[in-house]
Amino acid sequence: MKIFLDTILVGLSGGAIYSLMSLALVLVWRSTRVVNFAAAGQAILSTYIGYEAMNRMHNYWLSLPIAVLAGALISAIVEALIMRPLAKRSAGTPVESIAPVIATLGVLGGVRSLAGLIWGNTFVQYTSPLSSKGYTIGATTIPFSPQNAAIVIGALIVMAIFATIFTFTRLGLALRAASFQPEIARLSGVRVDRIRTIGWAFAGAAGAVAGALVTPTAYLSPNSLDLLLVSGFVAAVIGGLESLVGAVVGGLVLGVGFAFILQYIGTSVTFSAAFIILIIVLLIRPQGIFGRRSGREA
Amino acid sequence: MTLQIEHLRVQHGAITAIDDLSFTVNEGELVTIIGSNGAGKTTLLRALSGLLPVISGSASWLGQSILRKRPEDLVRSGIVHVSEGKAVIPELTVSENLALGGIWRKDRRDVAAATSEVLELFPRLAERLKQGADTLSGGERQMLAIGRAIISRPTLLLLDEPSLGLAPLVIDQIFAAIDALRHRLGLTVVLVEQNAMSALTIADRGIIINLGKLVTINTSDQLLNDPALRSAYLGY
Repeated sequence: MKIFLDTILVGLSGGAIYSLMSLALVLVWRSTRVVNFAAAGQAILSTYIGYEAMNRMHNYWLSLPIAVLAGALISAIVEALIMRPLAKRSAGTPVESIAPVIATLGVLGGVRSLAGLIWGNTFVQYTSPLSSKGYTIGATTIPFSPQNAAIVIGALIVMAIFATIFTFTRLGLALRAASFQPEIARLSGVRVDRIRTIGWAFAGAAGAVAGALVTPTAYLSPNSLDLLLVSGFVAAVIGGLESLVGAVVGGLVLGVGFAFILQYIGTSVTFSAAFIILIIVLLIRPQGIFGRRSGREA
Repeated sequence: MTLQIEHLRVQHGAITAIDDLSFTVNEGELVTIIGSNGAGKTTLLRALSGLLPVISGSASWLGQSILRKRPEDLVRSGIVHVSEGKAVIPELTVSENLALGGIWRKDRRDVAAATSEVLELFPRLAERLKQGADTLSGGERQMLAIGRAIISRPTLLLLDEPSLGLAPLVIDQIFAAIDALRHRLGLTVVLVEQNAMSALTIADRGIIINLGKLVTINTSDQLLNDPALRSAYLGY
């Protein structure tokens, strides 16, 4: 029983990170219908900026908001300078739907090389003052550390902020309208181009939180978030790609699923497990757990 | 002070969908654009609301050119387009769809006032505020689309086929609502319709177009009583 509960705890903390990356992907998908492979690259860049900030200020907590702001800004720049002109130029051509996706792969590669040029391709430590040793309750130590707690709490805060913005604010309504029916949104006075950039900025912020929270449990290198991209993508698809709640639940399901596979089967299959979970979910519910079966109108 | 359109030309792919079209609509007037499928009616409205680029010609509202502007900016200058086919966002609730109409407006008090006016005019929307727009009937969706436009406080309302796919009784309700709104709010309305009979009963004038060109402009009474036009365009 203890192993079972421990496994769930491990899974929730991992899952919280997947949820954040999944949110980053879903926010971009919803606002511009692009699968953003560059999300991992953007998060790497913002995490390095957080790392630089910490080296200068010697305070992890102050470096977090800097990383998040950097993440939002990087993402907004990618949208405004690359994705938006590309979408306009490719509109009506046969590559309309695929060109932006390929472009995000280009951005991913470019950003990784840039990070390598600036910070080198070696591992560096971006450390948090929180311990990564599990809490001790009575005589037993559980596999859930203060840093894990920070990850879960951080993810919950980000989700609560997004849920509030999307549900209760005019900005949130504009974001939803622009993603569901851009033409009706424009005819209602929504500045759709600007709103899309904001959607990307939110996504960049979510990815930055994921990068800055997960990195202290491991190390930082230009490629260190690549696996997180895969997990985030699988989580997003499990969640139905459209839904913010789905993104979060998808991440948690995947995190717990991973933890159980790791605990009861072994490390060697963890990576393939992501895809096995993905295929099983798609076969049972192709639209994802939170996707609409009917699909969107128009 | 009018909607003034001169020698307008709009391409739709390789086709010249609007070809050298000129007409004016006076302030406070309701004009209906009549024509068969493919006559260019929808293209005309989409060009006027900034959704489609114009090749040549001019169009102005209250003395200001409305060409080469974005739809979201034209909304701010009072030109509101209710596009074809019950233009609501099914994923949002009724009240969110209505809120969208006032989303850009600074005068929040007037947005609230306009919203109550709309709910008074369409009590069925008031009963369904928290429901998803996808649960509404066709007629209710059209009411919602028009209601959202009214909350933007338009001066020029462009309506594209509000009767499309609706039962005759519902069409009568929608046209009665349009008629009431334009008189109450002093709106100028350009109404595109295939249902020419219903449209002409509430319109001051009708403009008949065919293959993007002007066929005739006349008062509704004259058009309804012209035997040649009746057989060609009104179908009886």
